[in-house]
Amino acid sequence: MASVNIRDVRKAYGATQVIHGVDIRIEDGEFVILVGPSGCGKSTLLRMIAGLENITGGEILIGDRVVNDVPPKERDIAMVFQNYALYPHMTVADNMAFSMKLRKAPQSEIDERVNKAAGILGLTHLLERYPRQLSGGQRQRVAMGRAIVRDPQVFLFDEPLSNLDAKLRVQMRTEIKELHQRLKTTTVYVTHDQIEAMTMADKIVVMHDGIVEQMGAPLELYDRPANLFVAGFIGSPAMNFVKGRIKAGAVPSFETEEGASLPLASAPQGSDGRPAVYGIRPEHFRLTDDGLPAEVVVVEPTGSETQVVARLGGHEYVCVFRERISAGPGETIRIAPDPGLVHLFDVESGKRLGA
Amino acid sequence: MTDATAARLRPASRPSLWDRIGQGRNALGLIFMLPAAVFLLLFLTYPLGLGVWLGFTDTRIGRAGVFIGLENYEMLLTDHVFLLSVFNTILYTVVASILKFALGLWLALILNEHLPFKAFFRAIVLLPWVVPTVLSAIAFWWIYDAQFSIISWALIKLGWIDAPINFLGDSTNARASVIAANVWRGIPFVAISLLAGLQTIPPSLNEAATLDGATSWQRFRHITLPMLSPIIAVVMTFSVLFTFTDFQLIYVLTRGGPLNATHLMATLSFQRAIPGGQLGEGAAIAVAMIPFLLGAILFSYFGLQRRKWQQGGAD
Repeated sequence: MASVNIRDVRKAYGATQVIHGVDIRIEDGEFVILVGPSGCGKSTLLRMIAGLENITGGEILIGDRVVNDVPPKERDIAMVFQNYALYPHMTVADNMAFSMKLRKAPQSEIDERVNKAAGILGLTHLLERYPRQLSGGQRQRVAMGRAIVRDPQVFLFDEPLSNLDAKLRVQMRTEIKELHQRLKTTTVYVTHDQIEAMTMADKIVVMHDGIVEQMGAPLELYDRPANLFVAGFIGSPAMNFVKGRIKAGAVPSFETEEGASLPLASAPQGSDGRPAVYGIRPEHFRLTDDGLPAEVVVVEPTGSETQVVARLGGHEYVCVFRERISAGPGETIRIAPDPGLVHLFDVESGKRLGA
Repeated sequence: MTDATAARLRPASRPSLWDRIGQGRNALGLIFMLPAAVFLLLFLTYPLGLGVWLGFTDTRIGRAGVFIGLENYEMLLTDHVFLLSVFNTILYTVVASILKFALGLWLALILNEHLPFKAFFRAIVLLPWVVPTVLSAIAFWWIYDAQFSIISWALIKLGWIDAPINFLGDSTNARASVIAANVWRGIPFVAISLLAGLQTIPPSLNEAATLDGATSWQRFRHITLPMLSPIIAVVMTFSVLFTFTDFQLIYVLTRGGPLNATHLMATLSFQRAIPGGQLGEGAAIAVAMIPFLLGAILFSYFGLQRRKWQQGGAD
C-alpha cells in the first residue's frame, strides 16, 4: 500500500489542454473518489496514474517514487475498467491468474491467491466459467478479483458500476466499500454519479473542466460547498438557486430579483445590498403554517418522501418533504427554507460567501 | 342490426386458392425464393452436375461421348503431368497461403497502429485487390520478362548480378515467381479482413494486459491472436480456396510452363479440355479438385465452430 501524490499535473492533447494543474494528495489506505460531469478530466487523470496516458506537466508519485516515466506494469497498480476488460477467451480463474502467470509465479502460489480472492468475492463456484457465461455483477466481481490477486499498492476504478442496473449498482457499491474496509488498499475511484461518491468515499474530489473545484469529506462538501458548481453537483435533487440581493439589518433577509423575500440567519459583514445567489437544498424546506405561500406545480411522491415543485414569487423551487402532501397542482402550500442551512454565493465568481 | 354486426354474423366464405397462397407463409416463401433458386440451379447446380457427368465420359469437342465409368480417373492416376500438377497446386497453395497470412497479419497490425495518413495507407493496401487479375498478371509478365525485367535491370545497375534473371524460364524460378505474384495479389484481402478483426478487439483488453504486466509480444500472443482466431479461420479458408483454384495468374504468366512446373490443376484441366479438346478428361481433373476443396471446407468447418469462450449469453 502507498500514498498517491498528484502535483500540479497537466494534460494536453496537442494545443488543447484538458487538465489544468491538479494537486491531490491521497493518503495511504484512503478511498478517494474523483467525481464530475463527462469531460471534466477525471478519467484522464486516473489513466495518467495508471500510466495509460502520458503526463504533460507536473508529477505523480506513488509512495515516494515519481512514476511519470515508469511504465504501467512497474507501477504496481491494478485497475478495474468500466467494461470490465475481462479476457473473453480465458476462464475466470485464468483471468485472475493472468498477471501472476506472466510473472511466472509458482502454480501453488497462483492457486492460493486466486482461491483466496475468489473466496472473498464469492466466485469460487464460477472459476471454470468464461466471462460470457457470467452476469454483469459477476463480471464486475471477476474484474475486482483480478485486481485483488495482484495485491497492488493502489486500486484504480474507472466508473466500474455504470454498466450495471440500478439495483445491482447499490449492492456492488456496498461490496466495494466492504472490500476496501477489509483490504485497506489505497483506492482511487472515478464516477460521474455523486451518490456513489457520497456513499463510498473517504474523500471526494470534485472536478470540472480540468480543475479541482473542491476536495474534502463527503459531508463537508454537502454542508459547505465552496462554489456554485459543487453546490449544484453534490446532492440530489440539486440545490435550488435564485439570484437577488442581500438585505442586512436587524432581521437579515434576501430579496430575489422577482421581489420575493427569503429568510437569512445572518448576512456576511458589509454585504447589505450586495447581489448574490441564494442556495437552498430541497430537503431544507419545511412545511409550516407561518411559511411563505407557494403554488404547487408538480407533486412526485416516492413513498418515503414527497418531492414538490412549488412556485414562490415567480421562481420554481424543488422541495423534498418527509410528510405526505395532499395538496394538488394549483393549490397553495406554506413552505419555509431553514435559514441556518442557506448558502450564499458570489454572482460573478460563484464562490461561497461568508461562513 | 347495423351493417357491421351483419357483416360479422355472415358465414365466412371459403378463401380462394389465390387467397390461400397470398396468406400462407410457406407458399409465399417458396414463391419469393423461386427466382434465386432458379438462378442457382441454372448457373451453379447444372454446370457442376454436367462437369461431374462429363468426368465419367469420353466426350471430346465435336463428339458426344459415352459413359466410361472411372476410366478417366484411372488414366489420371498414372499421368505424370497430372500428378505433377497436384503437387504444384498443393505447393502453390501452402506456400502462398502461409506467406499471405504472415505478411497480411503483419500489415494489419501496422495499419492498426496510430499512423499519420492512416486512411490513405489503408486505401493503398487495397490496390492490388481492385486491379483486375489479368491486368496485374500482365504487369507481372513484364516484370518477369527474360530481357526487359525491371528487377533484373535494377539489380544489374546495382551491380549485384551480371545477367538478367530467367524468371519464368527456370522451373524453380517460375514457381517462386508465380507464388510471389499470387501473394502480392492476395495480401490485401487478408490484411484488410484481419484489420477489421483487430478493430473489434476492445482497446481496454490490451490496456488491462499492459497493467497486468504483459510485454507487447505477450499481449499479441495471449490477447490479440486468440481474439483474432475466429476471423483468421474465415479469412484463411477463403484465401486457401481462392489460391487452390487460381487460374488467371498462371494462364497469363506461364500457361503452366516451363516443363509443366507451374501447371496447377485448374490450368491443366482447362488445357486438356478446351485447347486439347478432351472435355471428359478435363472435367475429370476439375472434379479431382473437389476432394481437396472439401477437405479445406471441412477443416474450416471445424475450425470455424464457435470456441467455448464465445458461447453463452451475449450481454
